[in-house]
Amino acid sequence: MMSPETSLNVLQNALRSGKISPSEVVEYYAARMDELNPRLNALLSYDKEAALAAAAKADVSLPLGGLPIAIKDNICRQGITTSCASRMLENFRSPYNATAVEKLLAAGAIPFGRANMDEFAMGSSGENSAYGSTQNPADPQRVPGGSSSGSAAAVAAGLIPAALGSDTGGSVRQPASHCGVVGFKPTYGRISRYGLVAFASSLDQIGTLTHCVEDAALLLGTLCGHDEKDSTSSREPVPDFMSGLHDGIKGMRIGLPREYTGGGNTESVSSALQDAVQALQNAGAEICEISLPHAEAAVASYYIIACAETSSNLARYDGIRYGHRSDAALDPDTLFSLSRAEGFGEEVKRRIILGTYVLSGGYCDAYYARAQKARALVAQDFAKAFTELGVQLILGPVAPTPAPRLHEEDMTPLQTYLADIYTVPANLAGLPAISVPTPQSGLPVGVQLLAPHFEEARLLRAAITLEQSWK
Amino acid sequence: MQNTSPAIDVAYIAQLAKIELTNEEQSRLTRDLEQILNYVQQLGKWDTQHVEPMYHPIPIFDALRPDVPGKSLPLNATLCNAPQQEDDQFRVPKVVESAH
Repeated sequence: MMSPETSLNVLQNALRSGKISPSEVVEYYAARMDELNPRLNALLSYDKEAALAAAAKADVSLPLGGLPIAIKDNICRQGITTSCASRMLENFRSPYNATAVEKLLAAGAIPFGRANMDEFAMGSSGENSAYGSTQNPADPQRVPGGSSSGSAAAVAAGLIPAALGSDTGGSVRQPASHCGVVGFKPTYGRISRYGLVAFASSLDQIGTLTHCVEDAALLLGTLCGHDEKDSTSSREPVPDFMSGLHDGIKGMRIGLPREYTGGGNTESVSSALQDAVQALQNAGAEICEISLPHAEAAVASYYIIACAETSSNLARYDGIRYGHRSDAALDPDTLFSLSRAEGFGEEVKRRIILGTYVLSGGYCDAYYARAQKARALVAQDFAKAFTELGVQLILGPVAPTPAPRLHEEDMTPLQTYLADIYTVPANLAGLPAISVPTPQSGLPVGVQLLAPHFEEARLLRAAITLEQSWK
Repeated sequence: MQNTSPAIDVAYIAQLAKIELTNEEQSRLTRDLEQILNYVQQLGKWDTQHVEPMYHPIPIFDALRPDVPGKSLPLNATLCNAPQQEDDQFRVPKVVESAH
C-alpha cells in the first residue's frame, strides 16, 4: 500500500487503522534508501536500527506517531553527527537536540536520516557539500537546488515522506521547486531556531519539505510556538493549521508583482505562473497586478546582510571548543587561521571574507548600513501591498529557471546569487512563503505564494487550492 | 558610495577573518568580490537618507529572559567535541611568550 509518493497524512491513517505497523514503514523507507541513496546522495547517513528501535516503541495516537522524518544536517540531534555538510564539523556530535527535533520526538515522529546540504546552508545547488553533490531525482544531470538539497531530493524520490530544511534566502522553497515537492518557510520566529546551526540569524528559519500542502500544515502545528531558548521565537498564538484548510479562497485578492513577471524567467516558469493565475481565478480569487518598486534591491541587500551575519556567526569555529583543528598550528593565531582554512569550503570562505569586508572600518556605512536601509524598503513594499493595495497574498515564481545542470562551472558566484531574486525578499521581510509544484511537463517548476506575518493559515489554504486544482 | 568599488585587499581581510588563504584563493576571491561589490553599488540609486535601517524582520522588545539560574550542559557534554582536552579543560597552544 505504500508508494514513493505516500503522504504523511495517508501514512498516519494507515498506522492508526492498523493496516501497517511503524516498523513496516521504517523498513519500507530503509529499503528505498539502500536502493537509491548511493546514486542520489541525498542522505549523509541513516541509522536503520535506531529508527526500528523507535518504531517498536512508537505511539501512533500521537500527532506524528510513527512517522519517519529526515533532518537537514544543520539541525542538531543529540549524540548524532551534525556536520552542516562541512569538514569543519565532520566529527561534531551534538550534545543536545534542537527544539524542532524535541518537538518532533514529543509528537511521536521518528527522525530518520541526515539530509545532505550546501555547506553551512550556503549555496543554491547542493554542490557545495563537502560530502558530494546530491542528484535531482527528476533528472540525474541536474542539481536538486539548495541549500536543502538532500531534504528536497529525499522527499521527491520517496526515500522519506517528509524532511526538515532551513531557509535563509530560499533554501527550502527553491530546491522544492527544482525537485517537485512542497517547500514551506513559515514566518520568521514561528519555529524556534535553538539547535539550528546559525548562518544568518536575522534571516534563518526552519521549514518543511513534503509531498503535499496538508503535510506541511500537519508539521507546522507540531513545530511552532515560543521557546525560552530562542528569544526571537514568537509568542503569537498558534492556530489549528489543519482546520479551515479546505475552506477555499473565494473573493481573496492575490497580488501579482509586475517585477516578478519580466523577461528574466524561462518559458516554463512563465507558463507555470500563468497556470497558477488561472487556477486561483477559477477558485474565485481576484488576481491584481501590483508593484514592489524595490524588488531589484533585494539580492544586493540580502547578500550584504547574510554575509555580514555569516562572518560574525562563523567566528565561533576556532579549532578549540569543537570543530576541525589543524595539526600544523604552532600558536593560537595559526590555530585559528589554519583550522578555518582547512575546515571551510570555498563558498563559506567567500562569504566570510565578503562579510568581514562589509563590516570593516570605513566600509560599514557604505555597505552594511545601506543594505539594512534597503532591507527596510523591500519590507515596506510588502507592507504596503498587504495594507494600502489590499492584497491578502502575493503570487510569484520561485526561481527564474528550472533546475540547472550539474557542474555549471562557467557561472560566477554573482550569477548564482542573482537567481535568488524571488526567494530572498521573504527572508528580508520575515514573511511566510511556500513553493507549490505545478503540473508542467519536463523539469519540475514550482510557484510561490507569500503572506503577511503569521498568516500561514491563509497561505496554506491558497496553496492547497492550487494543489487540488491540479490533481 | 562611489561608482566603482575600491580595490579590495583580500589578504588583509583574510587576516581579520582569521582564514589562511593560498595565493590562488586570494586572486579568485579578489575577482569574485570586486564583481559582487560592483553589483551592490546599485543600492546607491535609492534615496535611503530618511529610512530607518532594519536589523530584524519582526519587532523584538525586551528579549531578556528572567535572571534565574538554569541548568547548563554537563562538563563532559561541553568537552566531548573538543579536538584536544586535558584535566577537564580545553587544551590550546601556549599563549604567553617565554621569558628570556
